Amino acid sequence: MNIVVCIKQVPDANDVRIDPKTNTLIREGVKSIINPFDENAVEAALKIRDASDGKVTVITMGPPQATEALKTAIAMGADEAILISDRAFAGADTWATSYTLSQAIKKIGSYDLVLFGKQAIDGDTAQVGPGVAEFLDIPQITFAINIEMDGTKIRVKRQLEETTEIVESYLPVAVAVIKQINEPRMPSLKGQMRAKKMVIPSWNAGDIAADEKNIGLNGSPTQVVRIFTPAPRGKSELFEGKPEVIAKNLFNKLKGLKVI
Amino acid sequence: MDYLLTEEQKMIKDLARKISEEKVKPVRAELDETGRFPSELMKVFGEADLCGLYIAQEYGGFGGGCLEFCLATEEVSRICGGVGVTFAASALGCYPIVLFGTDEQKKKYLPPIASGKKLGAFGLTEANAGSDAGGIETTAKKDGDYYILNGTKQWITNGGEAEIYTVIAMTDKKRGSRGASAFILEKGTPGFTFGKKENKMGIRCSATRELVFQDCKIHKSQLLGKEGMGFIVAMKTLDRTRPGIGAQAVGIAQGAFEEALNYSRTRIQFGKPVSSFQGMQHILADMATQIEAARALVIATARTVDTGTDNISRDSAMCKLFSSDMAMKVTTDAVQVLGGYGYMKEYPVEKYMRDAKITQIYEGTNQIQRNVIALQLIKESAATK
Repeated sequence: MNIVVCIKQVPDANDVRIDPKTNTLIREGVKSIINPFDENAVEAALKIRDASDGKVTVITMGPPQATEALKTAIAMGADEAILISDRAFAGADTWATSYTLSQAIKKIGSYDLVLFGKQAIDGDTAQVGPGVAEFLDIPQITFAINIEMDGTKIRVKRQLEETTEIVESYLPVAVAVIKQINEPRMPSLKGQMRAKKMVIPSWNAGDIAADEKNIGLNGSPTQVVRIFTPAPRGKSELFEGKPEVIAKNLFNKLKGLKVI
Repeated sequence: MDYLLTEEQKMIKDLARKISEEKVKPVRAELDETGRFPSELMKVFGEADLCGLYIAQEYGGFGGGCLEFCLATEEVSRICGGVGVTFAASALGCYPIVLFGTDEQKKKYLPPIASGKKLGAFGLTEANAGSDAGGIETTAKKDGDYYILNGTKQWITNGGEAEIYTVIAMTDKKRGSRGASAFILEKGTPGFTFGKKENKMGIRCSATRELVFQDCKIHKSQLLGKEGMGFIVAMKTLDRTRPGIGAQAVGIAQGAFEEALNYSRTRIQFGKPVSSFQGMQHILADMATQIEAARALVIATARTVDTGTDNISRDSAMCKLFSSDMAMKVTTDAVQVLGGYGYMKEYPVEKYMRDAKITQIYEGTNQIQRNVIALQLIKESAATK
């Protein structure tokens, strides 16, 4: 069982401050962490490997400092890590990122399972997992809350808003996991020492045979025109009291507005 | 202060801190309130390779020593004294095996402790044998290839929760302290049961129970060292684990100090943070100075233990004595800094104060530590004349 986990390094949300003048994130001095959902994906991969056999390879597209995120995954117990890094990748949107990661996975070659966290806590798009699956032309299963391996098949429980769904697929398959799937383990001391010594290979655009038309800012269909803080909304009305009273008042109000 | 720690030692400290802050802190108040034993946390420490820091690599440990163990113990105790002692008492239970075990005993008992799958415990104290360890009444009577144990050990940390126990019992009452022997006992051995969990002032989540032996028959291969070596096993073990109590005390004091410092900066009285008042500043400065002095003593003592010297009774007694008296004072001051809020359970400082008290009592009361120190001083002085 060869498992590839795609992770992203993000700023620690507990540590984020906003520049009051520019209304943008202050990135300097903010700690970087593995995207929390991706830690769940790493944990899921380690569990599957521990129960069977095989190898967990963690990859990320990012600047050289994203190596730290890969090393955290190694310290948790992942077997190998690869940094996908090139100035030409800068400014990639989810489409170009998905393309780039899929090229790296193709270069890795043999894989049975590609795991993702549901979404990254900085961009919150949840598009890269499905995007990679499309580029690799393999099935995708999102919102996974449980994964069972059954020989050459996988059975995944999907947590949807009002229902759960059980989906089976043949391998290889891409799966995006949600937070509730597991509790990510802490890095171990031996794992940390291994991570410290490990030299993590870095692949550039040439290494993964990426078409330059598909990568970075130039390869991104999405162009960010402007970022701004929306003006505060108008006056709001607050209902107080017992839940039954609040519900009744809200109902009457909405009825009055002809919303319901 | 720079203690010239190696990269590995810094890594141990950082990892123990990370786990304590992320896993222990959210549950410490609940553990204190209910007295629930933190099994799941011990599992986390085990998986992170922190349970076998002082165990040789060939037995599944990290291959460090007393210093590595103390660094981790301080960090865990900084968040919770109860979890800290649970972590440390497992080491106390298996240190006799580290020191005196045969290769076979080590192979059997150390790897599961190193991995955190099993906990250790140490059974010396009895109802009538506390500071006077010579008063032990538990007996181990030889019967062919077996020993038959009878008696009751009291206030045994990790009692009932641990799988592996080192127990001191009299094999020859007539020989007094030379008639004691050390045995390894496994939980589940017929005739080996546990009393109720004690309800304590502090370190409340740690399990403190009686070990009860009623015609408990064990094979002679469970003897640790030789017959009659029981007290040597106990004393050599305690000499090497007392710095761990020092580290626990430093951790408890550090945790309380940080709470007090933060509070003093946010509590406004007379229109200013209370930290701006000199009376408060002097308390905080004294607290920090005393903690640092104790930490330096713990680290220096642990390093002395790690040289392998036998002559450490005095140093390890000083280390335990100074650190635990310091912790009691600093945690009491922390409550004072928080004033009325400090006395309330909404804030963690009253817990730190309750947790600190035991460090002056267990692994030898501070009065016994002073005896040990004084006796050694007099001996050394007499030897030079």
